[in-house]
Amino acid sequence: MAATLQPPSIAKIPLEVRRVKPFDSEAPSTGVWVGLAAITMTFAAFTSAMVVRQGSANDWRHFPFPTILYINTLTLILSSVTLQIARQGFVLTDQAATIAKPAMNALYGTLVLGCGFVIGQYMAWHELRSEGVYLSSAPSSSFFYVFTVLHALHVIGGLCGLLYVISKLRRGVLRRSTLDAASRYWHFMAILWLYLLLLLWMRI
Amino acid sequence: MAEVSAHAAHHAPPPGFIRKNVFSVDHKVIGKQYYGLGLLAVIMGMVLSWLMRIHLVWPNVAIPGLGALSPNGAPGGLITPEYYLQLMTMHGTLMVFFVLTNVPFAGFGNFFLPIQIGAEDMAFPRFNMMSFWVTFVGFCVLVAAFFVGDGPPLSGWTAYAPLSALPGAGPGQVMGQTLWACSIAIFCIGQLLGSLNFITTTLDLRAKGMTLMRMPISTWAWFITSCIGLLAFAVLLPACVLLILDRVAGTSFFVPSNLVVSDQLITQHSGGSPLLWQHLFWFFGHPEVYIAILPAAGIVSHILITSYRRSLLSHKVVIYCMMAIGFLSYMVWGHHMFISGMNPFSALVFSFPTLVITIPATILTLIWIGSLYGSNLQITSASLFALGFISMFVTGGISGFFLAQPSIDVYLHGTYFVVGHFHMVMGVAAIFGMFAGTYFWAPKMFGRMMNETLGKIHFWGTFVGTYCIFMPFHYLGLVGNVRRYSAFVDDYLAPLMPVHKFITIAALFTGAVQLIFLYNLIYSRFKGEAAPDNPWKATSLEWTVTSPPPWNNFGGKHPVVYHDPYQYGIESSSGDFVMQDSPERIQTVRDDKKLP
Amino acid sequence: MGKIVAVTLVLITIASAVPILAHKWVPPDDISTHGYLIDEQMSDTMVEAGICFVAAQMILAAFIWMFSNRKPGDKIRNFPGGAMGLVIGAFVLVGLEVLALGFFGSKAWAAIYFTPPSADALPVQVQAGQFAFYFRYQGPDGKFGPIHPDKINESTQNFYGLDMDDDPASKDDIVTAEMGIPVNKEVRLLMHSKDLGHSFYVRELRIQQDFVPGLDLQMHFTATKVGRYEIVCTQLCGLGHYNMKAYLNVMSQPDYDAWIKQQASMQ
Repeated sequence: MAATLQPPSIAKIPLEVRRVKPFDSEAPSTGVWVGLAAITMTFAAFTSAMVVRQGSANDWRHFPFPTILYINTLTLILSSVTLQIARQGFVLTDQAATIAKPAMNALYGTLVLGCGFVIGQYMAWHELRSEGVYLSSAPSSSFFYVFTVLHALHVIGGLCGLLYVISKLRRGVLRRSTLDAASRYWHFMAILWLYLLLLLWMRI
Repeated sequence: MAEVSAHAAHHAPPPGFIRKNVFSVDHKVIGKQYYGLGLLAVIMGMVLSWLMRIHLVWPNVAIPGLGALSPNGAPGGLITPEYYLQLMTMHGTLMVFFVLTNVPFAGFGNFFLPIQIGAEDMAFPRFNMMSFWVTFVGFCVLVAAFFVGDGPPLSGWTAYAPLSALPGAGPGQVMGQTLWACSIAIFCIGQLLGSLNFITTTLDLRAKGMTLMRMPISTWAWFITSCIGLLAFAVLLPACVLLILDRVAGTSFFVPSNLVVSDQLITQHSGGSPLLWQHLFWFFGHPEVYIAILPAAGIVSHILITSYRRSLLSHKVVIYCMMAIGFLSYMVWGHHMFISGMNPFSALVFSFPTLVITIPATILTLIWIGSLYGSNLQITSASLFALGFISMFVTGGISGFFLAQPSIDVYLHGTYFVVGHFHMVMGVAAIFGMFAGTYFWAPKMFGRMMNETLGKIHFWGTFVGTYCIFMPFHYLGLVGNVRRYSAFVDDYLAPLMPVHKFITIAALFTGAVQLIFLYNLIYSRFKGEAAPDNPWKATSLEWTVTSPPPWNNFGGKHPVVYHDPYQYGIESSSGDFVMQDSPERIQTVRDDKKLP
Repeated sequence: MGKIVAVTLVLITIASAVPILAHKWVPPDDISTHGYLIDEQMSDTMVEAGICFVAAQMILAAFIWMFSNRKPGDKIRNFPGGAMGLVIGAFVLVGLEVLALGFFGSKAWAAIYFTPPSADALPVQVQAGQFAFYFRYQGPDGKFGPIHPDKINESTQNFYGLDMDDDPASKDDIVTAEMGIPVNKEVRLLMHSKDLGHSFYVRELRIQQDFVPGLDLQMHFTATKVGRYEIVCTQLCGLGHYNMKAYLNVMSQPDYDAWIKQQASMQ
């Protein structure tokens, strides 16, 4: 029962152009979501490595966190807040290119706080080293450094993104989706840090 | 994240040779660069395999020139056992990462994905350029391992710790292994950037009318593969970071306590878990198999449809099967570790989804074969290789039945059966996909037709040759011939030498046949007949533009898509097909309507 | 051209199947009590896989023969049943096959791995290192002395790092380069790696198990046939990997008793 493919002739079906379902986001927005998925996967892999490694031998060593870590946490959360203030400012003026002064200041504030966070992390590492906790001292310290250094590198990447946004803003060519993407990344860094802090706090 | 998307930018090509051809942001140039890098890697990988095969059967034959190239590894041109393993490691690494991942996925994908969905370029052209150049740096770092003190690493492409983590474990484990780990980490970054681009482009830059289900199967395959790659390389990257730290910073992620290597007690490491490396590696490693094979399957489907002059029995089912394979690929990594000391219960847990993958893979195969029934098959070099792909995919896939069962794996693990299996299904099948893609798309990529006669000769040599190489591997494995041995000297394996000689001769022959391909590619690149826009009477968007396509693909126009991708076997003004962007009214051929 | 492809494909399929059908390429005779389960599973799989392989290649060849370069004007036809038929067919046939193989395969696996060794099994410790195996027997006291990695020394032949002076349990331990076992007696194999990953593979015993450094694993098996068999390493361990092997000597009980006595006298 070989059914022939139907239509030899030009049929009368009306021309139908199915429109692409409009994605509410543009490329930078989608791209940042995809990138965040990859970053999440990377840190998930590190997390599972940590759980496996902790269970594989009894050489795990607990050590107290440097206090500055908590100050850094506040700094990073605050930077997210200022970024959100900045974004709200641009939403109100509706034109990303129109620079609203308080919003712009909030953006600079984010940049400064972000740098502060990275410097603070550096100070935390310094403090740990002075206490004799090095990368290779124990698996717990290895994972502490791996997690915090990689997170800091990602934050530095975010700072570069912010600089890019600011330079576009100053030239008046910033698009909303770029700003949204950058801030989504930045907020994610704060969330990732809270997760890491909780993880390290529970395990180390 | 904050790149300008393709729509706004570049309507004019950049000035200058370097911006145009070297550090180009044009996806077509980048695609060709990936293809070229893959070609270089595949030539190197093939020569390495020749050297290994020659050493296995004629260990006393000095290879001219090799002594000068590698005085330590091959003094006087005679390959030492450790150099054999170093060649093997480099062969595997080059082939898996820089050929099987680079060509069908990054190479063809970069060139054709944007055109097939009607986009002017990738979503982030500069990331795209970075992804190639990062990959290129990874390649250079890997090849540099040949030229450092004690040569490339000998721990295989899987780099099992602690062999890969301890510099004292053997020649090549000092500098070579560090370079290897860095190279793979760099490669991961390149692939992550590439995958990010592919996914975003597919989601956001489709032309008007190009719904997801109207995308050609090849585009779907690249899209699914980039989703797999995004998550897989995101796991290999941390694994490599931890391995590098173990090697250079004295941490103990993978190295346990109290090892005695070369009569030396290792004191700087303690408590690490070698199985952790295997879990991380294979969590990436198994999806990697599908990163190699799915783009080839997509390319082959695309070519088969054109050659059959009909659509596949179902467009949707093929896509869903690919998705299912991609999804399942994350649940099966443990089947590489049945006998590695993992909990025996988990072997059963991993065995089941492995066997289940057979179902979507079988459906795919049945659809390829079933659609051939009643078709109007056109024999071209491209379609020959595509048909060869089906044959190889079946052969290699079926030997997976054995290895998916832990009880049989107890006997076959670590034998040539495994080597035969993965070479067939992931190596040769994917390479057949590349050849098919090359014969099919070279006119579009280079604007010149390839020579069909030479292409057919190339097919015959390759098809028969690869069966001669890889079928005997299975037989050797059944007898219990252990893999990764640089010589078969013991009483049990020595009688198998005639088979190994046959394989080596077949490998040399098959390799020589590839010179025809190389000649054909280079000759037709410059002297070939000029290619028309649509030499194969195909329907997808890449055939609506000139060969090669203009700078921004559609000459500043925005294509509008009116049809499903494969409207063949109908009567239209252009013959038996209607192109996707043709506004001609036809009754749409959509077989999948019969499906619920 | 299409017809030549079809014929070639048929020839390749036949040529590939002949060595399997000739039963020339088979594992060596099984000498273990559990191996028949693996062998049965393997031959069942071979039948199913063989049928799939031959059928798929032959159908592909037949269709290429039938449908390559047809006359112009020949209608495009659909495969009877269409995609839905194929999907259901694949689900039913392959699904059943998967379930059957998975079910019986796990029975064989369970028989090997989920049964505990009997209480009177002979304990033998095997230590793998680059590029040799060494075996250790408990001696009369029924105890293995502890291993001190810092005392391992190839030149003084202290392969296990035993402390003969301070560990009384070590004194009567018997270390050998060959693995002697009595026939028809269960052996409990304690696997220890000195340095890297290795593997313990005896084809005739249908046993293959990796050594994991830092993790001592156990296996158990019973050999049923007297003879000398190769133990080979199948996990890449470095430059001498191809040469890393030892012999398994399965002996009758009196022969074994004499052998172990002789080995003890050589310590």
